This record gives sequence, C-alpha cells and structure tokens, in this order.
Amino acid sequence: MSELTLTVMRLGFLAVLWLFVIVAVQVIRSDLFGTRVTQRGSRREAGRPQQQAARQAAPPQQRQQQSGGGGRRGRNAPTKLVVSEGILTGTTVALQGQTITLGRAHDSTIVLDDDYASSRHARIYPDRDGQWIVEDLGSTNGTYLDRSRLTTPTPIPLGAPIRIGKTVIELRK
Amino acid sequence: MSSSTNSPTHHTSTIGAIGAPSRRNTELALLLFAVVIPVFAYANVGLAIDGKVPTGLLSYGLGLGLLAGVAHLGVRKFAPYADPLLLPLATLLNGLGLVVIWRLDQSKLLQSIGQAGNAAPRQLLYTALGIAFFVVVLIFLKDHRVLQRYTYISMFAALVLLLLPLVPGLGANIYGAKIWIKIPGLGSLQPGEFAKIVLAIFFAGYLMVKRDALALASRRFMGLYLPRGRDLGPILVVWFISILILVFETDLGTSLLFFGMFIIMLYVATERTSWIVFGLLMSAAGAVGVATFEPHVQQRVQAWLDPMKEYKLSQQGVGGHSEQSMQALWAFGSGGTLGTGLGQGHSDLIRFAANSDFILATFGEELGLAGIMAILLIYGLIVERGVRTALAARDPFGKLLAVGLSGAFALQVFVVAGGVMGLIPLTGMTMPFMAYGGSSVLANWALIGILIRISDTARRPAPAPAPSPDAEMTQVVRPS
Repeated sequence: MSELTLTVMRLGFLAVLWLFVIVAVQVIRSDLFGTRVTQRGSRREAGRPQQQAARQAAPPQQRQQQSGGGGRRGRNAPTKLVVSEGILTGTTVALQGQTITLGRAHDSTIVLDDDYASSRHARIYPDRDGQWIVEDLGSTNGTYLDRSRLTTPTPIPLGAPIRIGKTVIELRK
Repeated sequence: MSSSTNSPTHHTSTIGAIGAPSRRNTELALLLFAVVIPVFAYANVGLAIDGKVPTGLLSYGLGLGLLAGVAHLGVRKFAPYADPLLLPLATLLNGLGLVVIWRLDQSKLLQSIGQAGNAAPRQLLYTALGIAFFVVVLIFLKDHRVLQRYTYISMFAALVLLLLPLVPGLGANIYGAKIWIKIPGLGSLQPGEFAKIVLAIFFAGYLMVKRDALALASRRFMGLYLPRGRDLGPILVVWFISILILVFETDLGTSLLFFGMFIIMLYVATERTSWIVFGLLMSAAGAVGVATFEPHVQQRVQAWLDPMKEYKLSQQGVGGHSEQSMQALWAFGSGGTLGTGLGQGHSDLIRFAANSDFILATFGEELGLAGIMAILLIYGLIVERGVRTALAARDPFGKLLAVGLSGAFALQVFVVAGGVMGLIPLTGMTMPFMAYGGSSVLANWALIGILIRISDTARRPAPAPAPSPDAEMTQVVRPS
C-alpha cells in the first residue's frame, strides 16, 4: 500500500471521527428542551405588515375617511378589551379588528375558568363600520351588558361592563 | 377557532409544556454513522497490515450493523422517547474496540506469546451477548422505579458479587488481582463490573429515603456543614467495605470506583460540599494506609512515580516489576499529534494485556492526540447524556440512579485512562466498551440500557392533565 494512501486514510479517519463528535454535539444542541416559550408578540408583528401594506395601498383620502368616520382608528374607538373582575383581572387584549371569543373552551380567545360560563359563551366583533358588537352565543347563564341580559347582538359603549359569570370585561380606549 | 392563535394579548409569551419529540430517526442516522466509522477503521487496518482490504470486511460490517439494528429496534419498540445519543455513542466505542482488538490479533508478536489471535471473534460474541442483554433490560425493565423496591436486596447482591472472588475454589487470582470468578465450562467472570450497577441501585434507593436527614441535620463549622455522627454511619461502612476490597482483592480501581460513586451520589442527594471534602480525605487516608502495608498496591505506586526505573528493573529480570507503564507512555509519545495510522503502530510491544487494560495505548499511538481526544470526548458525551437524563428525570430515585450510573462510568474511564497515561497509579480495570472482556461489555450494555430506560421515562411527554372543561356541564345560576 502506498504511503500516500495510508496517510490520506489516517487523516481521513481522524476527520471522520471528529465529524461524528461534531454531529453528536449538534444533536445535543437541537435536543435542548425544557419549557417552550412562544412569543405572541412576534406573531402580532408578523401579522402587521399585511395590515400596513393594505393601509399604504389604500389611497390617502380613503385612509383619512376611514380613520375619521368612526372607524376602528377613530377618536372614540376602543383599542383594548380589559378584564376588570374575575380570575383574569388585569388581562388586556388589543382590539385589531379580529373576533374575540369568550368561554371555557380551550380555543377561546379569553378562556374563562368559571363554572358559570358556558364553553362558548359570547363573542365580540367589529361590524362593518368598526363598531364593536357583543353577541351571546346561547349561553346557559346569559351575558349581561350593564344590567340587562343580552338577547340580540348589541353595540358596546365605551367603558360599559359586560358580565359573564364572575368575569366582567369592558372596552377602553 | 383560529382566533386564539393570532390574538394579540399584552402578555407576549406563553410557557408551554415540554415537547421533546421522539428523535428515533436521528438515532438511526447517527447509528449508521457509528457503524460506518469502525468499518472504515477495519478496512484501514487491513490495508496497512496486509496491503489489501480484509476479507472479513463485509461480514464484520454486516455483523455490527445487524447488532446495532437490533438494539435500535429494541429502543424504538420499548423506549421510543429515549435519548438519541446514548446508543450510537456506545456502538461506536464498541465497534472501534473490536477493530483495535482485531488489529492486535494480527500482531505476530502477540500471537507468538499467546496473548492474542482469536480475541476479536470472541469480543464480537460478547458484543452480541451485550446487546441482547441491553434489549432484555429494555423489555423487562418497564419502569426504572421498580428497582427501588429492591434497595436492600441490591445491597446484599452487591456485597455477594464483590465477595465472590474471595470464595475459595470459585475465585481466581489472575495477575495479582483477585477480581475474577471461574465458572466451570464458561470461563471467568468479573463480578465487580455488575456490582457497580447493583450498588448504584442500592445507593439511589437508600439516599432517596435518607437524604433529608443527611442534608439538614448538621452543624456548621468553618464554613462546612458537619453531619451528625450517626449520619456518618453509612459513609463509614461503604468506606470500610471499599478498603476491604482493596486489601483482600488488591483491586485499587474497583474500590476507588465504589467509594467515588457513593460520594458523588451523596453530594447530589444532599447538596453538601462537605461530603466531597470528607470523601477526598477518607479516600486519601485509606489509600495511604493500605499502600503502607500492601505490597501489590505499593508496587503500583512505585511504577507510577518512576515508570522508567520500573522498566529497567523489569528488563533486568527482577521479579514482580512491570514494564507496561513505561511502554504505554512510549506508545502515546510515538503517536504524537496525529498518530501513526491504524495498524502501523507498535503498541503490541506492550505484550501483556495490550488488548484489555492497555487498549487505550494502542489508540494513543495509532490515532494520536487528535484521536484520543475524540474518543475521550465520546466517553464524555455518554456521561453528559447520563447527567442530562438525571436532570430531566422527574422522580428522585431516577435522578440519583442516572447520576450514579453515569458517575460510575465517568470514574471508570478516568481511572483507566488516568492509569494508562500515568496520571494516577495503574489499576486493573477495563475501558468500558473498548477493552477485551465479556463481563465489562455485558455490564456496560446493561448500564446503557438502564440509562436509556430512565431517559425514556424522563422525556416521555407528560400525560394529558385534567379532563377538558368543555366536557363538564355549566352550572346554572339559581337566584336564591
């Protein structure tokens, strides 16, 4: 066997051995596990460019109109939903035109850990004008806006308490 | 509804449960790699010694591949969430050991003195038995916590295993250390290798129950927590037993291994640094004490302090001296940084035990510093995965057992490698997975099997917590 071949094999073997060690360490690196932290903020950031792009694409006049005409960016339009009573007190959800569902079901936007809430209790959504509406979804114990039990989808005045079981939420600027 | 996923609440992060995937395919890929490397080494040795690819290459490769495949299928079936690295790392070490044992078999010198010749096929047989044992452990040990029930039986079994070599007629004094037992018709067995595992089970079970007493009932003195006198009892007993092993079996390595394992587990169980200080002091005192009157130990220390003098004495034909320590150092030295290449070294000059205790010297010569570093790193990775398993384990018994087993493994590698390299006095222990020897291969595969079982339990996704509230009825408000 020529000297050269053996030298190449010798160095090649060492290289392969080290490659194995490096691959093993890479596996360890990819294997680090523990609690998984999901950045919700990043999703929001990811969702934003579309909105911004849409807004930029719209003619400036129309944008003016939209923001001025009681739209969701209007002066008196609520920007967030705040839980003011109940276990989730202090939780806020930004209002960005999406439907917010409330209930005990896991896939609700606000999951209510409350024996008096139904699994799909109520939803809050903007109508075409950007006015926020609350609708009871046939819950057992009902949804109350101020003191009255809801029977039809009702617009929500700013700061009016919506009571679901032991939880009270309201919309704020 | 999808609205929950893109709902922008102000709390920007959620913390979810551990979601470790099963990683079996990663393991398979690494395992293939771990089989290819020894096959490469095997071809390399054949080319270097005979100038042609060895005839047994295909059967060797297929054999090792088959064994690795069986082990992988066993893990896939019985421990699907286990650590993906333990099996490939152990397979690689075992395969490399097989190649180097085969390489030493080819040495005319070793053949002429009857030290080698047919060791590799037997080692392959031991490997097959070891992997079978590994799969058996996975099949029958469904949950490592079962072992907890056998805490005190384990203690008894470990003592019996350790004392077996001393039984007249059963024990065999081979080369100055009484650590073998002879089984008629089957050959010899080193019960100490198995005692290592059984003792780890006992320590884990014992310390799990007693750790609070050991950790909390203590007085503070000069920055150290001194344990109460009665809590010192167990450590004294273990120390005494390891001294007895040292005196009666003249086996420095095993006694160091057991005492060290106990100290490691004690430290992990109690978080008290004072145990380490105590342990070091006690092992130093014990070693010095025994070395003053035990000639076998004395000679090992002499050979460690001045290997050259030992070598000269041995060359002059003075009995009871060994030239191996010096020869091993020469082997490492002649290997240099990149080694002489597989099959091209002269480590067969270490005639006796070249393929067992001194197998690391062959690696050092033929693969050089670069190769030895890689191999020690692979050992290190096995230990790291063991400790990682201990961290991930949810039950204290599993934690302690994983720490104990990986600690024992680490200590054994340290004791052997340190001995061969002249860092500490040489002891008669085997390099796990690499050295020639059935007991060692069998016991270490069982050890990896238990670690894989614990890691499977630790990494298994937690069972679904509470039943879904959707299924529960909504309570109706009754106006009172």
